Amino acid sequence: MAMQVEESPSILKTKTASGEPVIAVSNVSIAFGNNQVLNNFNLILYKGENLAVLGKSGSGKSVLIKCIIGLLKPDEGDINVLGENVAALEQESLDALRVKIGFLFQSNALYDSMTVRENLEFPLRRHGVDLSQTEIDALVIEALENVGLRHTVNMMPVELSGGMRKRIALARTLILKPEIILYDEPTTGLDPITGKEISLLMVEIQKKYNTSSLIITHDMNCVRRTADRVAILLDGRCYAEGIFKDLEQSKDKAIKQFFE
Amino acid sequence: MNEGWRTFFSEIGDMTRFANRFFYEGARPRYEWEELLRQCYKIGNKSLPLVGLTGFILGLVLTIQLRPNMAYYGVESKLPDMVAIAIVREIGPVLTALVFAGKISSSIGAELGSMRVTEQIDAMEVSGTNPFKYLVVTRIIATTLMLPILTLLSDAISLYGCYLGVNIRDIVSFGLFYRQVFDALSFSDVIPAFIKTFFFGFAVGLVGCYKGYHSQKGTEGVGRSANSAVVVSSLLIFILDLVAVQVTDILGIN
Repeated sequence: MAMQVEESPSILKTKTASGEPVIAVSNVSIAFGNNQVLNNFNLILYKGENLAVLGKSGSGKSVLIKCIIGLLKPDEGDINVLGENVAALEQESLDALRVKIGFLFQSNALYDSMTVRENLEFPLRRHGVDLSQTEIDALVIEALENVGLRHTVNMMPVELSGGMRKRIALARTLILKPEIILYDEPTTGLDPITGKEISLLMVEIQKKYNTSSLIITHDMNCVRRTADRVAILLDGRCYAEGIFKDLEQSKDKAIKQFFE
Repeated sequence: MNEGWRTFFSEIGDMTRFANRFFYEGARPRYEWEELLRQCYKIGNKSLPLVGLTGFILGLVLTIQLRPNMAYYGVESKLPDMVAIAIVREIGPVLTALVFAGKISSSIGAELGSMRVTEQIDAMEVSGTNPFKYLVVTRIIATTLMLPILTLLSDAISLYGCYLGVNIRDIVSFGLFYRQVFDALSFSDVIPAFIKTFFFGFAVGLVGCYKGYHSQKGTEGVGRSANSAVVVSSLLIFILDLVAVQVTDILGIN
């Protein structure tokens, strides 16, 4: 059955940071040539929360989550994910850690030579070695029902709309039941209605699976709907941090420009 | 040193590192048998019609072109011997490798390039799958194994084209034609030519994967990767052929 995506007051959260940290970014710096993208950046994601990182285009938001998942190595600083230092991990340990982290790419990154079913089966076949075909089928159908797209199971990604592709990518992200989900611009390029549906789906998923999510975005509607806490990335640093309402009412010019 | 030479040597260095990584990753588990078989089927099956057709035309045309000169010297009856040696020793392996490079190297370059720019390779990596092992190692092994098989098939089809070419003017039975061909050929004709096709196949896979895997700058970069994969792998085939001829010459099996 598809998840409810109607907006309700309970979805607009006000929960504050608490619990144990699942991601801790400490004094991370990274530069590309002369361009210093992150400069002593600090951030903590707590278990069970949705943390949105706001920043202008090109401010280093995507670089940050690529560092967290180990696709990029910071020049300085430490990143701890689920208690492990990402930069110090051997490839096999890093792969094992990555299974616990879901990553929703801005471009969706669906394998376009595979059907929707094969896209969803791929992570299961790579990591769910003890699963029978019946169990794999059941998990694929469950993941597709979670995003309301069971009927697309045999379609190719190219046959799907932008919103559908985003939902399928989300289903693929969820299929291994990750503890953490990293969203890279989840609503960019979508119309406002589809963007809203995706935002509400993200909240529902967090409720259902108790995941911790880091949401990289500059879509204020997405932030308002999904985030328990918001961090503002400015000039390579974590400029401000707090709940949406507090930041929205801030008198600081640099913060205000995001909410105007 | 000017910029062009610096880029050239830097590219050679990067490609060598890429090849070293292939041997390193390929030797360590996990082995991607299922994907390797899929790639072998895909690469072999995809190339067979084109390789077969060009092989057939090559055998037929070579026979028709050679006939007047052979007739002039009164050795028309040696036409099957001449064409067989030319095809098996040199033209068959090189032409098949060039057709294979045009078809497969560009296809691999474009496929991996497109996967790179649409973040599919990153998606594979963050899902805990080693994309180099899954995408690159399997494709390079598949091209290395499939090209020798395709060359044998292409040679056989070329010789059939030659048989038809001979029969345009003369009447030669199939049995007699093939007896004459096999009498003319020796192991020193077949074995070095067969061995060098493994190197050609490796070069085609390596260059296609290297160009695609390092594709940049969006869709323009994908096109550039596919194009340069064909150019560089074709050039490498000729260089390897030159080396192979020198080696067989030194070893006295020429």
